[in-house]
Amino acid sequence: MNPDNKRYWLDEPRNVTRLYRGLWGIGIVLVLLDLAVHRHAEVGFDGLFGFYGLYGFVACVALVLAAKLLRRAVMRPEDYYDR
Amino acid sequence: MIASVPAGLILIAAGLVAPLVPRALRGWLLLVAPLIAFAQLLALPVGARVEVEAFGFALQLVRADRLSLAFGYIFVIAAFLNALFAWHVRDGVEQPAAMVYAGAAVAAVFAGDLLTLFVFWELTAVASVFVVWAQGSKRAYAAGLRYLLIQLGSGMLLAAGAALRYAETGSLAFDFVGLGTPGGALMLLAFGIKCAFPLLHNWLQDVYPEASATGTVVLSAFTTKLGIYALARAFPGTEMLVWIGTAMTAFPIFYAVIENDLRRVLAYSVNNQLGFMVVGIGLGTDLGVNGAVAHAFADILFKALLFMSMGAVLLRTGTVKGTDLGGLYKSMPWTAGFCIVGAASISAFPLFSGFVTKSMIMVSAAQEGHAWVWLILLFASAGVFHHAGIKIPFFAFFAHDAGIRCKEAPAHMLLAMALAALLCIGIGCFPAALYALLPRAVDYAPYTASHVLSQLQLLVFSALAFSVLMRTGIYPPEMRSVNLDFDWSYRRFGARLAAGGAVALAAFNAAAAAGLGGAAARVGAWLQGVHGTEGILARTSTTGGMALWVALMLAGYLLVLYL
Repeated sequence: MNPDNKRYWLDEPRNVTRLYRGLWGIGIVLVLLDLAVHRHAEVGFDGLFGFYGLYGFVACVALVLAAKLLRRAVMRPEDYYDR
Repeated sequence: MIASVPAGLILIAAGLVAPLVPRALRGWLLLVAPLIAFAQLLALPVGARVEVEAFGFALQLVRADRLSLAFGYIFVIAAFLNALFAWHVRDGVEQPAAMVYAGAAVAAVFAGDLLTLFVFWELTAVASVFVVWAQGSKRAYAAGLRYLLIQLGSGMLLAAGAALRYAETGSLAFDFVGLGTPGGALMLLAFGIKCAFPLLHNWLQDVYPEASATGTVVLSAFTTKLGIYALARAFPGTEMLVWIGTAMTAFPIFYAVIENDLRRVLAYSVNNQLGFMVVGIGLGTDLGVNGAVAHAFADILFKALLFMSMGAVLLRTGTVKGTDLGGLYKSMPWTAGFCIVGAASISAFPLFSGFVTKSMIMVSAAQEGHAWVWLILLFASAGVFHHAGIKIPFFAFFAHDAGIRCKEAPAHMLLAMALAALLCIGIGCFPAALYALLPRAVDYAPYTASHVLSQLQLLVFSALAFSVLMRTGIYPPEMRSVNLDFDWSYRRFGARLAAGGAVALAAFNAAAAAGLGGAAARVGAWLQGVHGTEGILARTSTTGGMALWVALMLAGYLLVLYL
């Protein structure tokens, strides 16, 4: 829907794809920086190459998948408590 | 002179007077009061005391130390931001009650004894429920009632804990308490309700989405952080808090992902952020406790900013449901920008406030050898970015264009958001200013290459996970729904149990009446004779006669007392 008929930059799917690819680019550069920056490890294993990137990615995917499962157990109609 | 007025009373007085002044003046009064209160706090030196003798107790109305001053400053700043944000709200209830609520919270953090603390603890509960009720809907009324019951329950526990504590130690002073005694346990429970410990947390998600666009901003600042203050005062180093706090950071984020009401999503993220603070207090190290206080300070600002941006959306569009929104950046670009600053701050992006405060708690957990706790906190950090940092701005302002075209938020709201955003960025860029206010000595440098890099990696890959899940369609769509949480136990199960109990009781009564062969009827007839329209207890007596009987009874008491 676009009532004012104005095209914004983000309305172009092509631009969204550009942003998405740019984000991957930034991510890859950040992981490669692991090789250059001396890491001050907090708990030991977090000094491993790519730990934070991998952990962030896996944690968020796991979070969303678990939340989808949770929805099966706890989701009710919007007026549940009003009935 | 001004230093001898107990802190907080200025705000309370302004709130009480506000309904009586003309509407044109009301906004100004509520805007100026926090400025005066702030000037008063600046003039209040560490070590200042205001003591009075009352009810046979030596009460300490003001105890200014670094801990109480840090919370005092931020509470007054929050009161000011809120008054500015709610400039257009001129009814005689919501904003005056909000000011009393803020003043009570300030007075509570400066209370040096348990009795004073209890009085202002209860005043925050009573004043804040009017902020909820001012919204005016039936749902807000019901949610407010549940909220009031729970908050007053916290006050009862505090009173009972304080009484036991007095019996145990002979002192009402509010200092380190610890968990060793029954009094301490009750007080921990009282504070735990305010801090929204797991299973005690649902009042938060229940009431925040029901208050008005401006009301929720007020609610988000004070009650929970008052709880954090009390924990930091009375229970630093209590190991149980590390585990409670860790649980608090993790479980709400699952709910936040599937919640449709964006203000309820934020309420879950309040829960998650409080968890970090509770962990810091539980660790009890200088870094942990400082981190908890610093994070409370930063959290009040970025959470207020996020709730303000959602309040502006609610004001302009009439909804904050993810299902109904999207594409609002076209109509409300400034609000979207401020929301993103709040989102970056809560997600702890470098140069934003969360980066310099939350990390203190995480580093302290790692230093104390809590590797598992640290891993869960890291998971929760990624999770909070996911649901508060991305989901909130994305579903409100971006996502698919829902076709809503509205005006940008009013100027005073934008100004309040701009100030809050400025403070978030200011703390993030100049952490030394905030560290100078913390209760203990600070030996921590947030901006190391290693810390900046690891945080950026964590956040960018969390964002990538969101993008991948979105583009593949795995991400659960927003749905109109209610998600059952622990409040089901009292809103549904408990209510059904009570209703079932009433039916069973009625049946038992009928059976018993029949079984006793009319004995009950005879009792009823006797009651009718005594209490009925012509019964002895229903007769009207003269006022003079009643006064005589009361005087006789009092004389009787006196006699018994001296016998």
